[in-house]
Amino acid sequence: MIDTTQLTLAHFIALGAILFCISVAGIFINRKNVIVLLMAIELMLLAVNMNFVAFSRFLGDVSGQIFVFFILTVAAAESAIGLAILVVLFRNRATINVGELDSMKG
Amino acid sequence: MTLPWDLIFFYAFATVLVGAALCVISVKNSVHAALFLVLTFFTSAALWLLLQAEFLAIALVLVYVGAVMVLFLFVVMMLDVNTESTREGFIRYLPVGLLVAVVMLVEMLALIGMKQMSALVAPADPGGASNTAWLGNALFTNYLLPFEVAAVILTVAIIAAIMLTLRQRIGTRKQHPAAQVAVKASERIRIIKMPSSAVAGNATGEATTP
Repeated sequence: MIDTTQLTLAHFIALGAILFCISVAGIFINRKNVIVLLMAIELMLLAVNMNFVAFSRFLGDVSGQIFVFFILTVAAAESAIGLAILVVLFRNRATINVGELDSMKG
Repeated sequence: MTLPWDLIFFYAFATVLVGAALCVISVKNSVHAALFLVLTFFTSAALWLLLQAEFLAIALVLVYVGAVMVLFLFVVMMLDVNTESTREGFIRYLPVGLLVAVVMLVEMLALIGMKQMSALVAPADPGGASNTAWLGNALFTNYLLPFEVAAVILTVAIIAAIMLTLRQRIGTRKQHPAAQVAVKASERIRIIKMPSSAVAGNATGEATTP
Protein backbone atom coordinates (compact mmCIF):
# COMPACT_ATOMS: atom_id res chain seq x y z
CA MET A 1 0.00 0.00 0.00
CA ILE A 2 2.75 2.45 1.01
CA ASP A 3 5.85 2.62 -1.14
CA THR A 4 8.55 1.03 1.00
CA THR A 5 11.63 2.05 -0.92
CA GLN A 6 11.64 5.79 -0.30
CA LEU A 7 10.15 8.41 1.98
CA THR A 8 6.85 9.71 0.61
CA LEU A 9 4.03 11.97 1.70
CA ALA A 10 1.94 8.93 2.66
CA HIS A 11 4.33 8.06 5.50
CA PHE A 12 3.86 11.41 7.18
CA ILE A 13 0.11 11.58 6.60
CA ALA A 14 -0.29 8.11 8.11
CA LEU A 15 1.82 9.12 11.10
CA GLY A 16 -0.31 12.24 11.60
CA ALA A 17 -3.49 10.16 11.46
CA ILE A 18 -2.11 7.69 14.03
CA LEU A 19 -1.10 10.53 16.36
CA PHE A 20 -4.51 12.18 16.02
CA CYS A 21 -6.32 8.93 16.84
CA ILE A 22 -4.09 8.34 19.88
CA SER A 23 -5.02 11.78 21.21
CA VAL A 24 -8.74 11.16 20.58
CA ALA A 25 -8.44 7.91 22.55
CA GLY A 26 -6.64 9.89 25.28
CA ILE A 27 -9.56 12.32 25.54
CA PHE A 28 -11.95 9.38 25.86
CA ILE A 29 -10.09 7.42 28.51
CA ASN A 30 -8.79 10.32 30.62
CA ARG A 31 -12.01 12.23 30.94
CA LYS A 32 -11.61 12.91 34.67
CA ASN A 33 -8.23 14.63 34.58
CA VAL A 34 -8.19 18.10 33.03
CA ILE A 35 -4.39 18.27 32.80
CA VAL A 36 -4.16 15.13 30.68
CA LEU A 37 -7.07 16.43 28.58
CA LEU A 38 -5.05 19.57 27.82
CA MET A 39 -2.04 17.40 26.95
CA ALA A 40 -4.20 15.36 24.55
CA ILE A 41 -5.32 18.59 22.87
CA GLU A 42 -1.66 19.56 22.43
CA LEU A 43 -1.00 16.16 20.85
CA MET A 44 -3.91 16.71 18.47
CA LEU A 45 -2.49 20.06 17.37
CA LEU A 46 0.89 18.39 16.87
CA ALA A 47 -0.69 15.79 14.57
CA VAL A 48 -2.28 18.54 12.48
CA ASN A 49 1.01 20.41 12.36
CA MET A 50 2.73 17.26 11.13
CA ASN A 51 0.30 17.12 8.20
CA PHE A 52 0.85 20.79 7.40
CA VAL A 53 4.64 20.50 7.41
CA ALA A 54 4.56 17.33 5.28
CA PHE A 55 2.27 18.87 2.67
CA SER A 56 4.37 22.05 2.65
CA ARG A 57 7.50 20.02 1.98
CA PHE A 58 6.08 17.70 -0.66
CA LEU A 59 4.12 20.35 -2.56
CA GLY A 60 6.91 22.93 -2.31
CA ASP A 61 4.56 25.55 -0.86
CA VAL A 62 5.59 27.82 2.00
CA SER A 63 2.03 28.51 3.20
CA GLY A 64 1.84 25.25 5.14
CA GLN A 65 4.82 26.13 7.28
CA ILE A 66 3.51 29.67 7.83
CA PHE A 67 0.28 28.15 9.06
CA VAL A 68 2.17 25.87 11.47
CA PHE A 69 3.87 28.98 12.82
CA PHE A 70 0.50 30.56 13.61
CA ILE A 71 -0.88 27.31 15.04
CA LEU A 72 2.09 27.17 17.41
CA THR A 73 1.36 30.75 18.51
CA VAL A 74 -2.32 30.13 19.14
CA ALA A 75 -1.61 26.81 20.88
CA ALA A 76 0.86 28.49 23.23
CA ALA A 77 -1.73 31.18 24.09
CA GLU A 78 -4.41 28.52 24.53
CA SER A 79 -2.35 26.41 26.91
CA ALA A 80 -1.29 29.47 28.94
CA ILE A 81 -4.89 30.61 29.44
CA GLY A 82 -6.11 27.04 29.95
CA LEU A 83 -3.58 26.39 32.69
CA ALA A 84 -4.39 29.75 34.32
CA ILE A 85 -8.07 28.79 34.37
CA LEU A 86 -7.07 25.42 35.81
CA VAL A 87 -5.10 27.09 38.64
CA VAL A 88 -8.05 29.38 39.49
CA LEU A 89 -10.38 26.38 39.36
CA PHE A 90 -8.19 24.39 41.73
CA ARG A 91 -7.94 27.39 44.07
CA ASN A 92 -11.72 27.73 44.26
CA ARG A 93 -12.84 24.09 44.23
CA ALA A 94 -9.73 22.16 45.39
CA THR A 95 -10.30 19.60 42.64
CA ILE A 96 -9.67 19.18 38.93
CA ASN A 97 -11.91 16.18 38.58
CA VAL A 98 -14.23 16.89 35.68
CA GLY A 99 -16.97 14.78 37.27
CA GLU A 100 -17.22 17.14 40.25
CA LEU A 101 -17.37 20.35 38.19
CA ASP A 102 -21.12 20.49 37.74
CA SER A 103 -22.08 23.74 39.44
CA MET A 104 -23.28 25.23 36.16
CA LYS A 105 -25.54 22.29 35.43
CA GLY A 106 -29.03 23.61 34.71
CA MET B 1 22.70 -0.81 -2.90
CA THR B 2 22.72 2.19 -0.57
CA LEU B 3 20.52 2.06 2.45
CA PRO B 4 17.56 4.48 2.47
CA TRP B 5 18.74 6.30 5.57
CA ASP B 6 15.88 8.79 5.63
CA LEU B 7 13.37 5.93 5.65
CA ILE B 8 15.22 4.16 8.47
CA PHE B 9 15.34 7.36 10.52
CA PHE B 10 11.68 8.01 9.78
CA TYR B 11 10.63 4.60 11.11
CA ALA B 12 12.85 4.96 14.19
CA PHE B 13 11.48 8.41 15.06
CA ALA B 14 7.91 7.41 14.24
CA THR B 15 8.14 4.41 16.57
CA VAL B 16 9.42 6.59 19.41
CA LEU B 17 6.74 9.20 18.67
CA VAL B 18 3.84 6.75 18.76
CA GLY B 19 5.19 5.02 21.86
CA ALA B 20 5.64 8.31 23.72
CA ALA B 21 2.18 9.49 22.70
CA LEU B 22 0.66 6.24 23.98
CA CYS B 23 2.52 6.73 27.27
CA VAL B 24 1.19 10.32 27.56
CA ILE B 25 -2.40 9.16 27.54
CA SER B 26 -1.90 6.03 29.65
CA VAL B 27 0.56 6.71 32.51
CA LYS B 28 -0.84 7.24 35.99
CA ASN B 29 1.34 10.14 37.11
CA SER B 30 0.69 13.53 35.49
CA VAL B 31 4.37 14.54 35.83
CA HIS B 32 5.38 11.46 33.85
CA ALA B 33 2.73 12.28 31.25
CA ALA B 34 4.21 15.80 30.87
CA LEU B 35 7.71 14.34 30.49
CA PHE B 36 6.50 11.90 27.83
CA LEU B 37 4.85 14.82 26.06
CA VAL B 38 8.28 16.51 26.02
CA LEU B 39 9.67 13.38 24.35
CA THR B 40 6.83 13.45 21.83
CA PHE B 41 7.51 17.05 20.87
CA PHE B 42 11.24 16.46 20.66
CA THR B 43 10.81 13.44 18.38
CA SER B 44 8.41 15.28 16.11
CA ALA B 45 10.94 18.12 15.90
CA ALA B 46 13.40 15.50 14.64
CA LEU B 47 10.84 14.35 12.08
CA TRP B 48 10.34 17.94 10.93
CA LEU B 49 14.11 18.14 10.45
CA LEU B 50 13.74 15.14 8.12
CA LEU B 51 11.18 17.23 6.23
CA GLN B 52 13.73 20.08 6.00
CA ALA B 53 11.58 22.40 8.10
CA GLU B 54 14.51 23.50 10.26
CA PHE B 55 13.03 26.73 11.56
CA LEU B 56 9.80 25.13 12.76
CA ALA B 57 11.67 22.20 14.31
CA ILE B 58 13.81 24.56 16.40
CA ALA B 59 10.77 26.70 17.20
CA LEU B 60 8.92 23.60 18.39
CA VAL B 61 11.76 22.70 20.72
CA LEU B 62 12.12 26.25 22.03
CA VAL B 63 8.43 27.11 22.40
CA TYR B 64 7.03 23.75 23.43
CA VAL B 65 9.80 21.93 25.24
CA GLY B 66 11.24 25.16 26.62
CA ALA B 67 8.14 27.12 27.58
CA VAL B 68 4.80 25.36 27.34
CA MET B 69 5.90 22.07 28.89
CA VAL B 70 7.67 23.88 31.73
CA LEU B 71 4.39 25.69 32.34
CA PHE B 72 2.59 22.33 32.35
CA LEU B 73 5.10 20.90 34.81
CA PHE B 74 4.77 23.93 37.09
CA VAL B 75 0.99 23.63 37.15
CA VAL B 76 1.12 19.85 37.70
CA MET B 77 3.46 20.32 40.64
CA MET B 78 1.49 23.29 42.06
CA LEU B 79 -1.79 21.43 42.17
CA ASP B 80 -2.04 18.70 44.76
CA VAL B 81 -3.98 16.35 42.56
CA ASN B 82 -5.52 13.23 43.97
CA THR B 83 -4.56 10.70 41.31
CA GLU B 84 -6.97 8.04 42.53
CA SER B 85 -10.10 10.10 41.94
CA THR B 86 -8.94 11.29 38.53
CA ARG B 87 -8.11 7.74 37.46
CA GLU B 88 -11.53 6.34 38.13
CA GLY B 89 -13.35 5.32 34.99
CA PHE B 90 -10.08 4.68 33.15
CA ILE B 91 -10.84 1.01 32.64
CA ARG B 92 -14.51 1.70 31.99
CA TYR B 93 -13.82 4.15 29.14
CA LEU B 94 -10.86 2.20 27.72
CA PRO B 95 -12.84 -0.05 25.32
CA VAL B 96 -14.96 2.74 23.87
CA GLY B 97 -11.90 4.99 23.51
CA LEU B 98 -9.95 2.30 21.70
CA LEU B 99 -12.93 1.47 19.51
CA VAL B 100 -13.43 5.10 18.46
CA ALA B 101 -9.70 5.58 17.83
CA VAL B 102 -9.31 2.43 15.73
CA VAL B 103 -12.44 3.09 13.68
CA MET B 104 -11.33 6.68 13.11
CA LEU B 105 -7.84 5.56 12.07
CA VAL B 106 -9.18 3.02 9.58
CA GLU B 107 -11.57 5.59 8.13
CA MET B 108 -8.83 8.21 7.80
CA LEU B 109 -6.36 5.84 6.16
CA ALA B 110 -9.05 4.66 3.77
CA LEU B 111 -10.14 8.17 2.90
CA ILE B 112 -6.84 9.91 2.31
CA GLY B 113 -5.79 7.61 -0.51
CA MET B 114 -2.39 6.20 0.38
CA LYS B 115 -1.54 4.95 -3.09
CA GLN B 116 -2.03 8.32 -4.68
CA MET B 117 0.06 10.07 -2.03
CA SER B 118 2.88 7.57 -2.02
CA ALA B 119 3.48 8.52 -5.65
CA LEU B 120 4.40 12.01 -4.43
CA VAL B 121 8.14 12.22 -3.79
CA ALA B 122 9.73 15.30 -2.28
CA PRO B 123 11.02 17.91 -4.73
CA ALA B 124 14.70 18.70 -4.47
CA ASP B 125 14.87 22.05 -2.66
CA PRO B 126 11.56 23.83 -2.40
CA GLY B 127 12.78 27.01 -0.79
CA GLY B 128 16.34 27.30 -1.95
CA ALA B 129 19.17 26.85 0.52
CA SER B 130 17.71 28.32 3.69
CA ASN B 131 14.39 27.26 5.11
CA THR B 132 14.41 30.22 7.52
CA ALA B 133 14.92 32.76 4.74
CA TRP B 134 12.15 31.11 2.71
CA LEU B 135 9.78 31.28 5.65
CA GLY B 136 10.79 34.81 6.62
CA ASN B 137 10.30 36.15 3.11
CA ALA B 138 6.74 34.87 3.04
CA LEU B 139 6.01 35.82 6.63
CA PHE B 140 7.00 39.47 6.33
CA THR B 141 5.43 40.13 2.93
CA ASN B 142 2.22 38.21 2.26
CA TYR B 143 1.53 37.25 5.86
CA LEU B 144 2.47 40.47 7.64
CA LEU B 145 -1.02 41.23 8.96
CA PRO B 146 -1.55 37.71 10.39
CA PHE B 147 1.88 38.03 11.99
CA GLU B 148 0.83 41.23 13.77
CA VAL B 149 -2.45 39.59 14.81
CA ALA B 150 -0.46 36.73 16.30
CA ALA B 151 1.51 39.25 18.36
CA VAL B 152 -1.77 40.74 19.62
CA ILE B 153 -3.04 37.26 20.50
CA LEU B 154 0.06 36.56 22.55
CA THR B 155 -0.31 39.89 24.38
CA VAL B 156 -3.94 39.15 25.16
CA ALA B 157 -2.92 35.71 26.42
CA ILE B 158 -0.30 37.21 28.75
CA ILE B 159 -2.77 39.74 30.16
CA ALA B 160 -5.50 37.12 30.56
CA ALA B 161 -3.21 34.65 32.30
CA ILE B 162 -1.94 37.29 34.71
CA MET B 163 -5.39 38.70 35.45
CA LEU B 164 -6.82 35.23 36.06
CA THR B 165 -4.19 34.15 38.55
CA LEU B 166 -3.52 37.50 40.27
CA ARG B 167 -4.92 37.80 43.76
CA GLN B 168 -4.47 40.28 46.59
CA ARG B 169 -4.11 38.63 49.95
CA ILE B 170 -5.34 40.56 52.97
CA GLY B 171 -3.36 40.51 56.19
CA THR B 172 -0.02 39.30 54.90
CA ARG B 173 3.09 40.98 56.28
CA LYS B 174 5.59 41.99 53.66
CA GLN B 175 8.61 44.23 53.44
CA HIS B 176 8.73 47.47 51.48
CA PRO B 177 12.45 48.03 50.82
CA ALA B 178 11.90 51.49 49.35
CA ALA B 179 10.07 52.68 52.42
CA GLN B 180 12.74 51.11 54.63
CA VAL B 181 15.54 52.93 52.84
CA ALA B 182 13.75 56.26 52.73
CA VAL B 183 12.96 56.33 56.44
CA LYS B 184 14.15 59.39 58.43
CA ALA B 185 15.52 59.47 61.95
CA SER B 186 12.57 61.53 63.14
CA GLU B 187 10.23 58.67 62.19
CA ARG B 188 12.20 56.15 64.25
CA ILE B 189 12.92 58.10 67.48
CA ARG B 190 10.49 60.41 69.21
CA ILE B 191 11.87 62.67 71.99
CA ILE B 192 9.18 63.60 74.45
CA LYS B 193 9.26 65.91 77.46
CA MET B 194 8.62 64.19 80.78
CA PRO B 195 8.58 65.59 84.27
CA SER B 196 11.72 64.71 86.24
CA SER B 197 11.62 61.66 88.49
CA ALA B 198 11.95 63.68 91.76
CA VAL B 199 8.90 65.71 90.96
CA ALA B 200 7.11 62.59 89.87
CA GLY B 201 8.09 60.79 93.11
CA ASN B 202 6.87 63.81 95.17
CA ALA B 203 3.65 63.83 93.27
CA THR B 204 3.00 60.17 93.96
CA GLY B 205 4.12 60.54 97.59
CA GLU B 206 1.70 63.37 98.14
CA ALA B 207 -1.02 61.35 96.53
CA THR B 208 -0.44 58.24 98.68
CA THR B 209 0.28 59.88 102.06
CA PRO B 210 -2.77 60.86 103.99
